[in-house]
Amino acid sequence: MNDARGASRDAIPKEPSMARQKEMLGAHYHRLAHATELGLRSAYTFVPGNLTELLLSFDVLPVLPEINALQSAMRGKSADFIALAEKLGQSEDVCTYVKCDYGMLKSGNVGPTGERLPRPDLLLLSYTGCFTFMKWFELLKQEYRAPVAMLHVPYQGDGRVTAEMRDYVVKQLRKVVIPALEKVTGRRYDEDRLKELLARSAQAEEDFVWVLRSARHRPSPIDAYFGGVYYIGPIFTAFRGTQEAVDYYRILRGEVEARLAAGAGPITPEGPLGPERYRLVVEGPPNWTSFRDFWRMFSDEGAVVVASTYTKVGGVYEDGFRHDPSRPLESLAEYCLGCYTNLDLPSRTAKIARYVQEFDADGFLVHSVKSCDSFSAGQLVILREVERRTGKAGAFLESDLVDARYFSASNVKNRLESYLQMIEQQRRGAVSCAS
Amino acid sequence: MRVVIGVDLGSTTTKAVVLGEDGRMLGRGITNTRSNYDVACALAKGEAVVATRFALFREELRGRLPDGPAGDAIVREVERCFRLEQYLGQLAELREELRTVAEPATWHRFGPELGARAVALADRIGREAPAAFASDAPRGSEFFRDLVGARWRVLAEDPATRGSVGFDGLMSCFDKAIVRVENRALDLSFARHARPAVERYIRESGGIERDFAHALGNAAAVAAATQIVEWNVVGTGYGRSKLPFRKEQIRSEILCHGLGAHRFFPGTRTVLDIGGQDTKAIQVDERGIVTSFQMNDRCAAGCGRYLGYIADEMNVAVQELGPMAQRATRSVRINSTCTVFAGAELRDRLALGQKREDVVAGLHRAIVLRAMSLLARSGGVRDEFTFTGGVARNAAAVAALHQLVRENYGEVTLNISPDSIYTGAYGAALFALRGAEVPAAVA
Repeated sequence: MNDARGASRDAIPKEPSMARQKEMLGAHYHRLAHATELGLRSAYTFVPGNLTELLLSFDVLPVLPEINALQSAMRGKSADFIALAEKLGQSEDVCTYVKCDYGMLKSGNVGPTGERLPRPDLLLLSYTGCFTFMKWFELLKQEYRAPVAMLHVPYQGDGRVTAEMRDYVVKQLRKVVIPALEKVTGRRYDEDRLKELLARSAQAEEDFVWVLRSARHRPSPIDAYFGGVYYIGPIFTAFRGTQEAVDYYRILRGEVEARLAAGAGPITPEGPLGPERYRLVVEGPPNWTSFRDFWRMFSDEGAVVVASTYTKVGGVYEDGFRHDPSRPLESLAEYCLGCYTNLDLPSRTAKIARYVQEFDADGFLVHSVKSCDSFSAGQLVILREVERRTGKAGAFLESDLVDARYFSASNVKNRLESYLQMIEQQRRGAVSCAS
Repeated sequence: MRVVIGVDLGSTTTKAVVLGEDGRMLGRGITNTRSNYDVACALAKGEAVVATRFALFREELRGRLPDGPAGDAIVREVERCFRLEQYLGQLAELREELRTVAEPATWHRFGPELGARAVALADRIGREAPAAFASDAPRGSEFFRDLVGARWRVLAEDPATRGSVGFDGLMSCFDKAIVRVENRALDLSFARHARPAVERYIRESGGIERDFAHALGNAAAVAAATQIVEWNVVGTGYGRSKLPFRKEQIRSEILCHGLGAHRFFPGTRTVLDIGGQDTKAIQVDERGIVTSFQMNDRCAAGCGRYLGYIADEMNVAVQELGPMAQRATRSVRINSTCTVFAGAELRDRLALGQKREDVVAGLHRAIVLRAMSLLARSGGVRDEFTFTGGVARNAAAVAALHQLVRENYGEVTLNISPDSIYTGAYGAALFALRGAEVPAAVA
């Protein structure tokens, strides 16, 4: 198969970790398709604030609707699903993750790999800053008549997590979530098993954080946005707590160590990135319908993303948080409270400014998506404030998550090129001033 | 002589600017050809080179021309004759295309007379051309397609000229032929048309001294023969990726507009460019280096094409909208989020008895309100503020902008260059000058 450049895709080297994560995801979807035969239950839940270790301790498999939506988009299926959802009454302004998932459900709930997803035994609604989650699960509840367990995670309105907030979440875990899981599985809560899973999570988290930090090097051996969501981060959601995840991150770390030693840049879908010309930080989710083209717009210009916020939606670990087997429910609560979607604007601003400085970035870029008010609200305030604090220019691109109608490739490319040329012009200006 | 050229391939027009080695602007060119970027680029460059040769022509006549406005008037008159010669040349090409496309086999439903009628119309427009290009004759546009198209339409609507062929037949035939003409690189050069233009000027003027007439001819010959070496060319604008240039010869329009505006007005700190399908709000530093920018995303409502669409809806030329809006006594509120809906609102308002002038004033305000949002997102309006792009030629849009900037940011100096439409091409030419290394071609 040849791409637009005429290069054979098959000839492009893939790292073992990329193939491994693909196999793992395929196996996960296969397990979901055969959950009933395997005697496994499933819970639909969200990436931010996911309680994967707790679910797995009950042998409950997580189904993540956002992941299904983005996987559908990457496989070119989202347009039909969104069209069906709109036909069934969802307005154009509704989040396209929701519409894509709802359309998939109404089309027979066949997952991205072509196998049918199981009906949920439980709808575990972890609320971590996105109001749409509640509306989304309302739809799923009507459809499946499944029980709903709601975990209300208090918003970090003051930019910090208090003991009361943590206790409030722990109380819900004890009083709402665990009883709900016990009811649907007929099993008792097994804290020792949860501790084992959390210990493996912490182990994988160490390697995960190391991999993300490796982008501080020049050249960066990873792309922390496109690569981050493509094969570095996603594994964190459905597999956290498993030995597979531990092994996966060990392999990944080894590959990154080798690239670091060789002074090599990231691997992109087009092959190894050429010379690193721009180091960027990106705020906001990617576009999934044109994911590869979007990435290529960066890689063609030698632009590498050294840090991103979207890879922190599934958990923020860089400040030292790790799942802690000695405090199982407390650390699960702290994990949920610390997710990126649960952070207030000042915390997000400070985080991005810190990324720009610590990762020695040339600039930062906000990718604002039509679908997500939670992400978009305040993004221009963030942009201006980060510019002020870092002295680096920001850029603003707009498209959408999984609705291809809102991705105008020529416009996005035009703005990105303009932005990179602006950075180049500023560099030259700085040099001519210095001389 | 060595020159650098900047080319701005916009969505509505393509512009080119020629600079001398000293950075002085020698010539500008513009075309509204959109069928083919290569042709558009060649036409705009060709026009800019023609303007450069007119600068040489004038230079060659130094000491022979009267001082001041009288000398300017003579060169202007020769240039007017030159434009007429170019027009007649293009018309001759159109006539040939009409003859070809009006083959009865293709257009049999319009009857056997189609070809003859079409050619007769072209001939008639040719006979009228000297009057249309007279010194005091108003011309709604500088572009061949607009000029000939407007007249063609009037004649095709006239039962006496359309005959049995009918309006649709003549218009279909014209549309096909004009696209063919626009897709061809015609010879519109100074070398071809300057001598006939000078001869026409001498003929029309009457009583010109033989020596001076001789000097005019000589100056035209020298200007035509001067070798112009393209030292470097930089392309910008929406269609820049289509230019047959190396990557280093391509710059984003953001950088070019920022630099061009700053060079026009060195005090510039904020630039607003409203082009055909892009609105750009740009902040620059004291060196003209871009520090921040915002562009319209997802939708081009509120850009220049919005006005073009409205003009079509109202059946007037786009140039007439500004003066019409200036006659308004009040401004009617119109949305700017969708061009098509704005057109529907326009018809609705007119049906409700609102004055055309007031509705059009509302449309101008709608455009500027959208631009204000981008300006705010880019960091606001700082003194001095420079407005560029085709819409900057529209006095009603300028007035609305002035008012809204004053209301939101207080008094700031608002700069508009008479050459504002060339700002992007000028910036590109300045980049070309910086990057000039190796001679590329001979114009």
